[in-house]
Amino acid sequence: MFHVKQSTVIVVGGGHAGVEAASAAARMGTRTYLVTLRADTVGALSCNPAVGGLGKGHLVREVDAFGGIIGRAADRAGIQFRLLNRSKGPAVQGPRTQVDRGEYRAAIQNAISALPVQLVEGQVADLLVRDGRVSGVLLDDGAELPGDAVILTTGTFLNGVIHMGGETTSGGRLGESPSVQLADRLYGQGLPMGRLKTGTPPRLSGKSIDWSGLELQPGDENPAMMSFQSTGPHLPQVNCAITHTNEHTHDIIRRNLHLSAMYSGNISGKGPRYCPSIEDKISRFADKKSHQIFLEPETLVGETIYPNGVSTSLPRDVQIAYIRSIRGLENAEISQPGYAIEYDYVDPRALTAELEVRDMPGLWLAGQINGTTGYEEAAAQGLVAGLNAASSVQELPPVQFSRTESYIGVMIDDLVIRGVSEPYRMFTSRAEYRLSLRADNADQRLTPKAIELGILDARQRTFFENKMEQIDDARQKMKSVSVAGKTAREAGVNVAGDGKKRDLYALLSIPNVGVSTILSLSPDLAQFDDSILRQLENEATYSNYLDRQVQEVSRVRRYEGLTIPPDFNYQDIQGLSSELRHKLSIVRPTSIAQAERVEGMTPVALNTLIYRLKISRIDSVRVG
Amino acid sequence: MADTIYAQASAPGKAGVSVIRVSGPAAFAGVARMCDLPALRKAGLRQIRDDRGQLLDSGLVLCFPAGSSFTGEDVVELQVHGSLAVIRGVMENLSKLPGFRPAAPGEFTRRALENDRMDLAQVEGLADLIDAETELQRVQAQSSLSGGLAKRVDTWRESLIDAASLLELTLDFADEDVPTDVDTDVAGLLRSVAEDMERELRAADVAERIRTGFEIALIGPPNAGKSTLLNAIARRPVALTSEIAGTTRDVIEVRVDLKGIPVTMLDTAGLRESLDPIERQGIALTRIRAAAADVRVWLDDGSTKVPEGMDIVLLAQDDDGTRGGVSGKTGAGVTELLGRLQSLLESRVPKDALALRNRHRASLERAIASLREICGELTSSPSELSAQRVRDVIRDLQELIGGVDTEDLLGSIFSRFCIGK
Repeated sequence: MFHVKQSTVIVVGGGHAGVEAASAAARMGTRTYLVTLRADTVGALSCNPAVGGLGKGHLVREVDAFGGIIGRAADRAGIQFRLLNRSKGPAVQGPRTQVDRGEYRAAIQNAISALPVQLVEGQVADLLVRDGRVSGVLLDDGAELPGDAVILTTGTFLNGVIHMGGETTSGGRLGESPSVQLADRLYGQGLPMGRLKTGTPPRLSGKSIDWSGLELQPGDENPAMMSFQSTGPHLPQVNCAITHTNEHTHDIIRRNLHLSAMYSGNISGKGPRYCPSIEDKISRFADKKSHQIFLEPETLVGETIYPNGVSTSLPRDVQIAYIRSIRGLENAEISQPGYAIEYDYVDPRALTAELEVRDMPGLWLAGQINGTTGYEEAAAQGLVAGLNAASSVQELPPVQFSRTESYIGVMIDDLVIRGVSEPYRMFTSRAEYRLSLRADNADQRLTPKAIELGILDARQRTFFENKMEQIDDARQKMKSVSVAGKTAREAGVNVAGDGKKRDLYALLSIPNVGVSTILSLSPDLAQFDDSILRQLENEATYSNYLDRQVQEVSRVRRYEGLTIPPDFNYQDIQGLSSELRHKLSIVRPTSIAQAERVEGMTPVALNTLIYRLKISRIDSVRVG
Repeated sequence: MADTIYAQASAPGKAGVSVIRVSGPAAFAGVARMCDLPALRKAGLRQIRDDRGQLLDSGLVLCFPAGSSFTGEDVVELQVHGSLAVIRGVMENLSKLPGFRPAAPGEFTRRALENDRMDLAQVEGLADLIDAETELQRVQAQSSLSGGLAKRVDTWRESLIDAASLLELTLDFADEDVPTDVDTDVAGLLRSVAEDMERELRAADVAERIRTGFEIALIGPPNAGKSTLLNAIARRPVALTSEIAGTTRDVIEVRVDLKGIPVTMLDTAGLRESLDPIERQGIALTRIRAAAADVRVWLDDGSTKVPEGMDIVLLAQDDDGTRGGVSGKTGAGVTELLGRLQSLLESRVPKDALALRNRHRASLERAIASLREICGELTSSPSELSAQRVRDVIRDLQELIGGVDTEDLLGSIFSRFCIGK
């Protein structure tokens, strides 16, 4: 396609959302700017030094399947790999790794510098708006940076306020100034905004911890990597340690509860229920005598330790007192105190499923600004915003993600349809098609889409195509070999020992039948790599049950195809309650599949809606 | 392939004729197991039988092919007698057919809409249909979820949410300091829900009679005075009476109120061996209806041996009331008969029971079977599969217990367990 002028996408913010947005936009072929306060903080991990986990590992793999950065950087910097839920089925396993903070940042910065992304140091003071469309950003030194699309990924910086005991300071991270003017601009545009809160624990000096006698938690012997293309860890591997709070710790906290910023009444933002401060844990679960703390090294050499489980907004001296009441931490030095941070977010129901602000065309939002929490959630939104901003300015069709095919789709749909009431985090339970949306098959689900968009490098593309070829060959082979029930029984498979023949793939779907059994029945399958055979085992595990979901998936896909025009008027529709009409006009679903998930929707109301849609089409045909 | 759905298309409760509609890819094959299907778009009078070959009713059957049906799918309409027992029997049998399930509210309309089975005229017509459907559901939802039922349904909901969230706890929060073996608790919760649902189903059998009425069949030899008695009870000439034996060939129904208990009195064809084919069909129907009625009253004129299973046997045509019998002609013994019927029925009325629609009954039966199966396989099956199956049960019961989404499960987890490292 011939372009007179290359379109420009400006990404504001260099966190996980920002770097994925910049990477996606650049790979989509737009001129891409990444505006950040300081180039050396790009890729900084503000909270815990770990990537992945349950649900989150799925997101990392999905971003990786699209050629994103997060998975590869995490593998490069990984110092302790663990596959969570290893003892459970593949659908709920989540790869996770501790990372070295510095190495991670370096890996991200390397990845960005390898792409045609232009870094701009500066603070964005305002958005440029022309003819109702966002047309660039104004930097605080007065310089204007024009662009066709702007992606804001400002994290906790919008009107950020840090609380520690009675002290409150403005800031987006400890020691970094907030974005106040930009927040004013968004308020000025009448966007629905709210306030959220999150917290972080004190950081400890590694040297000051007495590790002797603490329970150690090593990584997995066979590490599961975050990226499909990584073959093994790059850095040496380290242990984490586990310690616990005790009654004495709880006493100290209870006595000083009134000093906690959270109990002072100074904080209005809502915090996540799944990441409570230690103050919250002790007051809400008063009968629990002890809470677990993971001591996670932030670097390979371990000079700083992240005590996972004790985030707090108590004053610094109380933090020292309670930390030192804990086994192993008796002489611990706090290198950076814990704090709570409050920040503004935009109600994501104001966004389209492409993460564009509906009432401010040309502006996309990704990450914590949309009310989410977590690096992985941010990265996935960055990908979506980057792909779509770039598609939009090049007049290409939007890149959409369905709940039926990805966790990314689940998250985007949850955000833009349901909104948030606390910082949104991914859980596998949010995915209704969990059995088919697995971390292990993220590439099979999504990479073809990325290939179609032409955004993968040759290496990833070839790697994927080879892998798929082998999987198809192995599957074909398994389906072509059939054994009698008696033979299968002798190999330890729990089937009737009759003459009835079953192919090996069918046998693999029987509970407790694994690769080793299949190999014993057909030794020449050993020509395939173990990872390929395991992949087929994962696929077969749920195959009997997946059939039941196929119907539901095809229904949802059909409803995704029933699109609702953006100017659809809900006010005139009889048969919808006024409450539902109101909700629909806030959320503005773009398809019947989205409308079905609007809170309070009933089957009959949905009929009314489908019916109105069809009438409006018939009418427009008649008029036209 | 889509499920095949069925529902009573006419208003629930008593009516002369009830329409049961079946739509979906298996409609023809499924209903063909119950009767011979007539030619497409032609009404045919058919004997409708259950899976053991027992006659359920005889009624009109119509088949519409996908291209020319209301929903755009293969549709079968069964027009049967409006008796509860008949409808229940047909619906129960439909639920056993492969690929069949009860329709969710609005589902027929939804399928019609999705399949573009509308020209402009039909679209206009559908507007009324949707409004009517909405009103009907509002009324139904209110009446079925009152008092004790609402409370029990809430308990099911809570127990199911608790069970599902315990399973999710072990899946989504495996890296937290939370219990890892929840099988015993989950099985306990699921089992108690299944048992409670079974109890409700049994109680509902009787309760449903209060909602839609009891049936009392007047039976006896031809010309024993059944129709005359019915007229006396109804205090209006509703049944066709005549001196000619065998006049009543169909079953005639009169609704009366017995001190607050709704009752349908059935006047039936006289039981005798007949050569007349129409009368014989009437007699066959009488036997079906009488067998299904709640109370059977035999009017005895001494000409025939009293059959088994009669609740009340009365001497017929006791015109002067001197022999303890009854007479519709003079009214002798009618008040006494009504008193006996009333106390008999009162003794069968449960105090507080669940009123279930057929759709709910089928949902509950499926749920009970699934819950028992899940419990049985809880320890051998991967937890994510059990979790999925519990969610499927919850979704199937949605209409009864309300929608449950991930937020409900997470809410239950966060309120009970200290999550967050």
